[in-house]
Amino acid sequence: MSTLLEVTGVSKAFEGVKANTDVSIRVNAGEIVGLIGPNGSGKTTLFNSIVGYHPVDGGTIQFAGKEITTLRVPEIARLGLLRTFQQTRVYKQMNCVENLQISTPAAQLSTASLFVRVPKPVTEKAEALLDFVGLSSKRYLLAGDLSFGQQKLLEFAMALMSEPKLLLLDEPTAGINPTLINGLIDRLRRANAEFGVTLLVIEHNMRVIMNLATRLYCLAQGKILAEGAPEAVRQDPRVIEAYLGGH
Amino acid sequence: MSSTPRWLYVVLLAVGVFAPVLLPQIASQLAFLWIMVVFALAWDIMGGRMGYNSFGNILFFGIGCYALAVFQRDLNWGGYWVALPIGLVFAGILASLAAVFFGVGMLGLREKYFAVGTLGLGVAAGEIAASWDYIGAGGGLSTTLMPVAGNANVYWAYIAFATAVVTFFALKRLYVGRIGLALGAIRDDEDKAEAMGLPTTRVKTLAWAVSAFPLGVAGGIVGNMQGFIDPRDIAFAGPTYGTWMILMAILGGRGTLWGPVLGAFVFQITKELFWVYLAEWQRIALGVLIVAIVVFFPRGILGWARERWPQRFGVRVVETPA
Repeated sequence: MSTLLEVTGVSKAFEGVKANTDVSIRVNAGEIVGLIGPNGSGKTTLFNSIVGYHPVDGGTIQFAGKEITTLRVPEIARLGLLRTFQQTRVYKQMNCVENLQISTPAAQLSTASLFVRVPKPVTEKAEALLDFVGLSSKRYLLAGDLSFGQQKLLEFAMALMSEPKLLLLDEPTAGINPTLINGLIDRLRRANAEFGVTLLVIEHNMRVIMNLATRLYCLAQGKILAEGAPEAVRQDPRVIEAYLGGH
Repeated sequence: MSSTPRWLYVVLLAVGVFAPVLLPQIASQLAFLWIMVVFALAWDIMGGRMGYNSFGNILFFGIGCYALAVFQRDLNWGGYWVALPIGLVFAGILASLAAVFFGVGMLGLREKYFAVGTLGLGVAAGEIAASWDYIGAGGGLSTTLMPVAGNANVYWAYIAFATAVVTFFALKRLYVGRIGLALGAIRDDEDKAEAMGLPTTRVKTLAWAVSAFPLGVAGGIVGNMQGFIDPRDIAFAGPTYGTWMILMAILGGRGTLWGPVLGAFVFQITKELFWVYLAEWQRIALGVLIVAIVVFFPRGILGWARERWPQRFGVRVVETPA
């Protein structure tokens, strides 16, 4: 398997607080990799570093063989590396179909194309994806009127619409009705298998991540504590200590 | 997308076509009515659709005023009637170029910073115009008079009407295109749009350039119609035209197709009535109206209607077979 994302020795501090220290992770094309760790262990900071939300203090990040350490969010997004947010970010005053219609791959948005109508195949794909995430009946509702869980599904569909190579999901099941979680796991797997999207997932729900991930990294106090097969990581005494210990 | 009833087009067309000949004594007010429609529609591209409240769009109007006047004075290709349409297009293009030029610096600012920055832009332009001899400096610039016998304002009413119609349909067409969605995405969450790889800088610059064009044309029309361009009171008249364009769009309902048109009608008619019936008090009454608009219609007339009857505006649950 080819390496899609290679994070090497990345460090990031905020006014002296070390959020990430010498973190190295690798995601291969086609994988579903989980990132776990207690609250405040630096998971979201690592995501932000990867997608170019803030500059890193040290280390390098490569995506699809390209150095992206110093690139900014839009440039990285156009390379096919997207993230979803812990708190949902959707276009609230637009309906669901429109949210998806404007989420096409950036390469399709030439200046000339901005002045013409949304092509029919794009709309059809948007409706198919809304069907995929189970929001078909809500497609003409404003995104801001959806429940939190539905907005998460919409945001996931928006990400798929733009055909990323790698999708970083920040707690996809947080705030979602427990009965819907199984459906979401299924959809994440299908996105991976059918649409060929590699996933890197932050998740607190152990049951979910055990089911989903093929490989896990555990962060604690800004450092990689353990990595490997999900079951092995879960039973690692250091991981148990990090979650249950008195830090 | 709500569809527009046909009678509305018929009524507006009738007003545009017959009013100037039937009521030539108010032709100037009619011309200004259509200019106000252009003002509000153009402002709404940025302020309504994209959520960037520009307080400096008067800049493009002023540029248009001078561009046409100078074009007529120094070049005047083919005589008045040929030079006028060419000059109006030239005024629009120059305004759009200014938008692209200033957009580079201004569009990096967000929300209130953009508003204040653009406000400064409009004020600075007025000061520069007032000290530039080539365009008459503080003394102003007299424009070429239309070579017609009788009431030139009747002709201006038609030219302004045509400008408003073209602006309306051009924007209607634009908003159903992808850029309409891109503007909405930037308005709702610009950081998200960036994170999705949307070329936000390009979209914002285009939007400002598009909104500058009709304002440049409107400037050319008003400058000519008045026969005289004062740098601060006509061309870069931030406190009047510059503020009115914002108020009209807000009053009618920002971000809606008909909102700016409705707002312009209500505002212009009310304003003219104040001027006629509230002599001496007209400016105070206008101030009260402005406060009332902001307090009672923060989302505008159509914005209020859309909240009240969302189904009429296309918001609905689709029944799916179980």
